[in-house]
Amino acid sequence: MAGLWFWIVAVMVTAYVVLDGFDLGAGAIYLFAAKTNDERRRVLRAIGPVWDGNEVWLLAAGGTLYFAFPLLYASSFSGFYLPLTMVLWLLILRGIGIEFRAHIDDPVWRSFFDVVFSVSSILLAVFFGAALGNVVRGVPLDATGYFFEPLWTNFKLGPRTGILDWYTMLIGVVALVTLSAHGAYYIALKTDEDLGRRARGFALICWPLQFFLTFTTLVATYFIRPEIMDNYGRHKIGVLVPVVVVASLAVMLWANPKGKEKMAFLASCLYIVGMLVGAAFALYPVLLPARDDHYSLTIHNAAAGIHGLNVGLVWWTFAALLALAYFTFVYRKFSGKVQGGEGHY
Amino acid sequence: MNDALLIHRLHFAFTATFHYLFPQLTMGLALLIVILKTIALRRNDPAYSEAARFWAKIFGINFVLGVVTGIPMEFQFGTNWAVFSRFAGGVIGQTLAMEGMFAFFLESAFLGLFLFGEKRLSPKAHWWSAVAVFVGSWLSGYFIIATDAFMQHPVGYFTAADGSLQLSSFWNFVLNPWAGWQYAHNMSGAAITGAFVMTAVGAFYLLSGKYIPHARIFVKTGVIVGCLFSIVQIFPTGDRQGKMVTDLQPPTLAAMEGLFRGQESAPLVIVGQPDEQRGKIDNPLAVPGMLSMLTYRRWSAHVRGLDAFPKEDWPGNIPLLYFSYHIMVGLGTAFIAIMVVSAFLLWRGKLYHARWMLWILMLAAPFPYIANTAGWLTAELGRQPWLVYGLMRTENGYSKLVSAGNGMFTLLGFMGMYTVLGILGLFLIWREIEHGPMSEAMSNLHPIAEAK
Repeated sequence: MAGLWFWIVAVMVTAYVVLDGFDLGAGAIYLFAAKTNDERRRVLRAIGPVWDGNEVWLLAAGGTLYFAFPLLYASSFSGFYLPLTMVLWLLILRGIGIEFRAHIDDPVWRSFFDVVFSVSSILLAVFFGAALGNVVRGVPLDATGYFFEPLWTNFKLGPRTGILDWYTMLIGVVALVTLSAHGAYYIALKTDEDLGRRARGFALICWPLQFFLTFTTLVATYFIRPEIMDNYGRHKIGVLVPVVVVASLAVMLWANPKGKEKMAFLASCLYIVGMLVGAAFALYPVLLPARDDHYSLTIHNAAAGIHGLNVGLVWWTFAALLALAYFTFVYRKFSGKVQGGEGHY
Repeated sequence: MNDALLIHRLHFAFTATFHYLFPQLTMGLALLIVILKTIALRRNDPAYSEAARFWAKIFGINFVLGVVTGIPMEFQFGTNWAVFSRFAGGVIGQTLAMEGMFAFFLESAFLGLFLFGEKRLSPKAHWWSAVAVFVGSWLSGYFIIATDAFMQHPVGYFTAADGSLQLSSFWNFVLNPWAGWQYAHNMSGAAITGAFVMTAVGAFYLLSGKYIPHARIFVKTGVIVGCLFSIVQIFPTGDRQGKMVTDLQPPTLAAMEGLFRGQESAPLVIVGQPDEQRGKIDNPLAVPGMLSMLTYRRWSAHVRGLDAFPKEDWPGNIPLLYFSYHIMVGLGTAFIAIMVVSAFLLWRGKLYHARWMLWILMLAAPFPYIANTAGWLTAELGRQPWLVYGLMRTENGYSKLVSAGNGMFTLLGFMGMYTVLGILGLFLIWREIEHGPMSEAMSNLHPIAEAK
């Protein structure tokens, strides 16, 4: 049962990154891809009706993590105290950047919120990547089940690591490039004219970087944590992960110049799914590896009581189906290219 | 009290108090907007549609602030209260996750349609989107209250071998008797905030002679809803909440009422300052026997005072608890007076011209915020010294590895950021009030786009 919840949380986090990922990516490329006020409004209109719902996946994943693995929630959130709090600040800034810009028709007001929105999106992408890097690399957990990481120590991988070292910063950059491309594919899908063209061009520049970083990351991860390959050796199904990642990269490269925006965007979604599921597959059954293996948090030592997990599965399934229905409905209602002219944002 | 404990308590208290300024208006306005839209749909009255659209804009600004200040709450249990989360997460994590899964998905999915989708939807479908946002926000309220109810009165759990709490009965936990009355009391409080704010804006327009037809709708709707919920706030919900505290948290009741020594025919102190050292109330103005009547329904009943309980089980901050409770009850009583008189004037057809009453209604808007905040302070200070009543003390629950310095750093950061958010929110809402409900054509949902 705890194993099932591992995968439910993994799927929810993946859903968050795929969905809010394009909001963040759109924010990251916003200042460069959208030049005029009309173009910027169209970017905001493309994400405006959905960003809040997308962000709920983060909250729902956090809540689900809380009840399924209370020890993991307690330990990781307090251990990552500083970066997590900064993420919360950045999420606040990103939200008001999107929502408050349109309220006053004044170039100074708009420029301020443009920068707030874009800079917070860029930093969030980097922070989320660094967070994933920390989870893969392992943290200084001890026998109490707790740890506290400073923001940085000496940027090396030692027993006293910080949040930022060369490896986690590398993953931060990977996340920024991946989500920028993801956002660019989404903007290309949702807009046309110059803006759509510029977004496609932006994605084209990102591609070689993404390709190169994908393999660099793989090598770096194997170098710092060779045991990530164990599960791939044990379960043949793991071969799907590199297949999906390589295939989705290829589709992105092929579909983007041909103007097949939907296919390019879906390939980018699939790439993110492949990378994150690949990481989760490598970690299983570990939830948060310790620098010293004895103290790792796993589905066996961090899960809540079995009755709670069973009951949770009933209402979770029901709620997830409802959520799926809402999302289908809303994305349908707001489908198609966004137009300029009247309306909010 | 060591430094880290104090900082972590202030951290949660500050962020939660500031956050709740927004959801109380969200939940109150959601109900009122559904009422306005229902009337608009039934009577086919464009003035009611415009009224609903005006409040939707204020709702939108307020909602954003509620969302961005709400996200930190979901994470703070882990960041600042890790030991508590590990201890109780197997139980309260359920309701917090359910809030995200059931309420936030519903609310966020339909919010966009409700705020920006009026042209894409039929009037009926748009009405449904407003109802969905209302249901989402009120559901969200229930899951938070159920979480708090477990901390006030834990039920439906067992203690596992490792000392943590685990769920034993889902329904007992979710349908905690404490949650029922607390929910009714809290939601009624949110409706009061919404009603007072709506009435105040209407009164402001009437006093300044602007947007008269809309202003009358605001005042009429606000006063009727406000009158109803002001009464419900005291009876039955407040009364039953008090009864639960009497039965389940007797030291809290004694501290709230400033009853240092137990006695028969205990008086109800209306005003006066508690003197903890001497164990008495200074300058008391009290109704003899009333506390006995309210708690045990008998004038002569014996009410236990603080002296009946060991000092280490007393709520830590008795003066603040006492004043929070008295401010809440005092304001609640004043709300009934204001709304009953206004409703009477409305019935007699005199309210729209009674300038003295409109002044009172306009200036009353901030007070439900104070009353709701004081109510939550009463509930949470009253729970002290317990984090989970009778099971875990507050001093044992915080994140031991997060130092006072790191806690101070993020507390100051939140204070700075929330100051800016508060100013921005007030500024933008004030602009909408200045624009008024008529500032745009029917076809256009946002004043900015028009200027382009």
